Amino acid sequence: MEKLLLIIRREFLTKIRNKSFVVMTFLSPILISILAMVVFYITKEDTPAQKQIVVVDASSEVVAKIVEGSETIQFIDYSTLGVEVAKALVQSEGYDGLLYIPPFHSEKEKWANAITLYTEESPGILFVETLEKLIETTMMSANLRKQGVSLENLKNSQVDIALRQSSFSGAIASKLGNGLKMGLGMGVGYLIMMFIVIYGTSVMRSVIEEKTNRVIEIVIASVKPFQLLLGKIIGNTLAGLLQFFCWGLLLLVFTAAAKFAFGVHFDEMSPQLSQVSEMNGVGQIQDVALEIGKLPLLRMFVFFIIYFVGGFLLYSAIYAAIGAAVDTETDTQQFVLPVIIPLIMAVYVGFAAVLTDPHGILSVVFSLVPLTAPIVMPMRIPFGVSTLEIVISIGLLLVSFLGIVRMAAKIYRTGILMYGKKISYRELYKWLRQ
Amino acid sequence: MISLICYNFYLLNVLRIEEVTKQYNGVLALDSISIEIPKGSIYGLLGPNGAGKTSLIRIINQITQPDNGSVYLDGELLCPSHISQIGYLPEERGLYKNMRVGEQAMYLARLKGLSKKEAKTRLLYWFDKFGIRNWWDKKIQELSKGMAQKVQFIVTVMHRPKLLIFDEPFSGFDPVNAELIANEILQLRNEGATIIFSTHRMESIEQMCDHICLLNKGKIVLEGTVAALQQLYGAKIYEIVFKTNNTKEVLSFFVDAYELRNHNYDEVSAILKLEVAFKENERPSDLMQNLLPFGELMQFVQKLPSMHAIFLDAIGKTDMHS
Repeated sequence: MEKLLLIIRREFLTKIRNKSFVVMTFLSPILISILAMVVFYITKEDTPAQKQIVVVDASSEVVAKIVEGSETIQFIDYSTLGVEVAKALVQSEGYDGLLYIPPFHSEKEKWANAITLYTEESPGILFVETLEKLIETTMMSANLRKQGVSLENLKNSQVDIALRQSSFSGAIASKLGNGLKMGLGMGVGYLIMMFIVIYGTSVMRSVIEEKTNRVIEIVIASVKPFQLLLGKIIGNTLAGLLQFFCWGLLLLVFTAAAKFAFGVHFDEMSPQLSQVSEMNGVGQIQDVALEIGKLPLLRMFVFFIIYFVGGFLLYSAIYAAIGAAVDTETDTQQFVLPVIIPLIMAVYVGFAAVLTDPHGILSVVFSLVPLTAPIVMPMRIPFGVSTLEIVISIGLLLVSFLGIVRMAAKIYRTGILMYGKKISYRELYKWLRQ
Repeated sequence: MISLICYNFYLLNVLRIEEVTKQYNGVLALDSISIEIPKGSIYGLLGPNGAGKTSLIRIINQITQPDNGSVYLDGELLCPSHISQIGYLPEERGLYKNMRVGEQAMYLARLKGLSKKEAKTRLLYWFDKFGIRNWWDKKIQELSKGMAQKVQFIVTVMHRPKLLIFDEPFSGFDPVNAELIANEILQLRNEGATIIFSTHRMESIEQMCDHICLLNKGKIVLEGTVAALQQLYGAKIYEIVFKTNNTKEVLSFFVDAYELRNHNYDEVSAILKLEVAFKENERPSDLMQNLLPFGELMQFVQKLPSMHAIFLDAIGKTDMHS
């Protein structure tokens, strides 16, 4: 036990003294904060320039209405010039485009499809959509007028529904809350995946380093390979946790500092959150704060740590075994790929499944399978997962960790003393059976 | 009484290896090896590449387990608690490049079971002895290969193990430092440690070892004290230095009666040097008697074969048999 602690201590210290660790820990939150601030100011200041579009309306149905234009589009009516002259004019005068509306046709569909936008360069998709919306609304309003209905009346008769969501136990949910859960869940899942890959690779490198430095034989003459493996994994996990806490702390400090110094509200900057707020018609930052307060934060935090550690232990053991099986980092690729696949699957299937149905069969299966559970389960937890399910998931994770670490130890034990041999999967299987 | 004798007998050997067998992927690396290593000896473990030396050393260090057979240290079946009583300098050796010398030495010392305080005291003693105390805060990557080897040597011996295993200890050292290390090894032996010495350098075997074991293809080819083996392999060849003016007669006498291997005559000093091989039933004293009438006998010594020659001879014989 004392030796294990010594190994953990060495691995932990080596990791956190590493320059890249220091840079990653302290510089990335600063960089992210600066980036966020830059994005915030750019999006705030950068309202796109109004585009000037020439309209030639041969139908004389549309133009009267759309000529008013919008914030982003200014229309200039050159219907009298005819399309060919207008084309030449647009090009010579440097207007942004020409919208041609053909003579009205009794077949609405055919007519609508013949409306053409001429531009020098392909226009942005958002611009095209805005233009389409404008024409659609104008046409709809004209049609309604013909039928004796005014757009005003139609608007007044519309009812906006935002369903009040409640569980049987009385817990109130809202769209905003769900959006937040999704955002948080995905963020957490992604973060865990990132940490597993970064730290798993670091465990693998540390094993390869011991092999190439030839220090391994000196060390395992004093401790069991299993102790060394375990110490390495635990030491790196602790370094990962430390980095995570530093990030959390620094982000809090920077958020507070930015709020204080520049009056920046980071909450405003999350496009997803603001979209959700708009959708719901609330648009109030206080509501976001209120919704965050409603989330099972402590539960989320505790399970985040458990799955973070669990997932990390599981994958590090595999990464360590890979490190032991090869001589150089370039040889690791064939073994690393099958490890990355479940991680990526967990993130994307997790995103999709949790987005559509956080309690659907796919979500449940992925949050139970040990290789994907550390990523998918934390994504689901904000939506409320039964304790039994979590217990089963953690139990499976623990059992498979023990299984995998035993297998990894077998590969590790044999691999660390093997030099100059390219190892195949068949060879690994042989080592496992020894 | 019998048990007392057995007890004493076991105590004479610090390490006893009994019928140890080890296989790797169907290849027999050690084939029922039994060795006894006397306490306080420097025991040379020799053999060509792939003979099984490293496999055996790894088993003694409990890095790997034998498939069959057992190993006893001081009469006790080898177990993890013996780790602190063994020091091992592997052939393939290195240190953590990013760690500082002192920190690393402390780490390895503590893995051997020393307390923090004890480790520090002993390390400082050795660092002072080698005059390298100013390296304590240097990183390993700042040291030359030879310097790093010194640190490794210290780390191997500083916990004062009763059994020390050196696998090619001199590789990477310049002659001055190799001499320094050789003297330290002898000193450690004089202080009571037993040393297993694995090397290809035959001259260091002759210089240092009192026992050897020659392995080839997982089997023991030769075993015994260096003196006995040299006797065994070189018993019948003598070097004779003789002062005579009657060279022709002397030579014809030898050609008729003995197997003359080599001869050399210096006319100025009238000294004849001969190398003679004896047959089983011939005795050197008879020859000495017969030679006296021809001149003055200046030297008559048994020519001992070098360990190198013994090594090649023994390996050649076993290879031929197999």
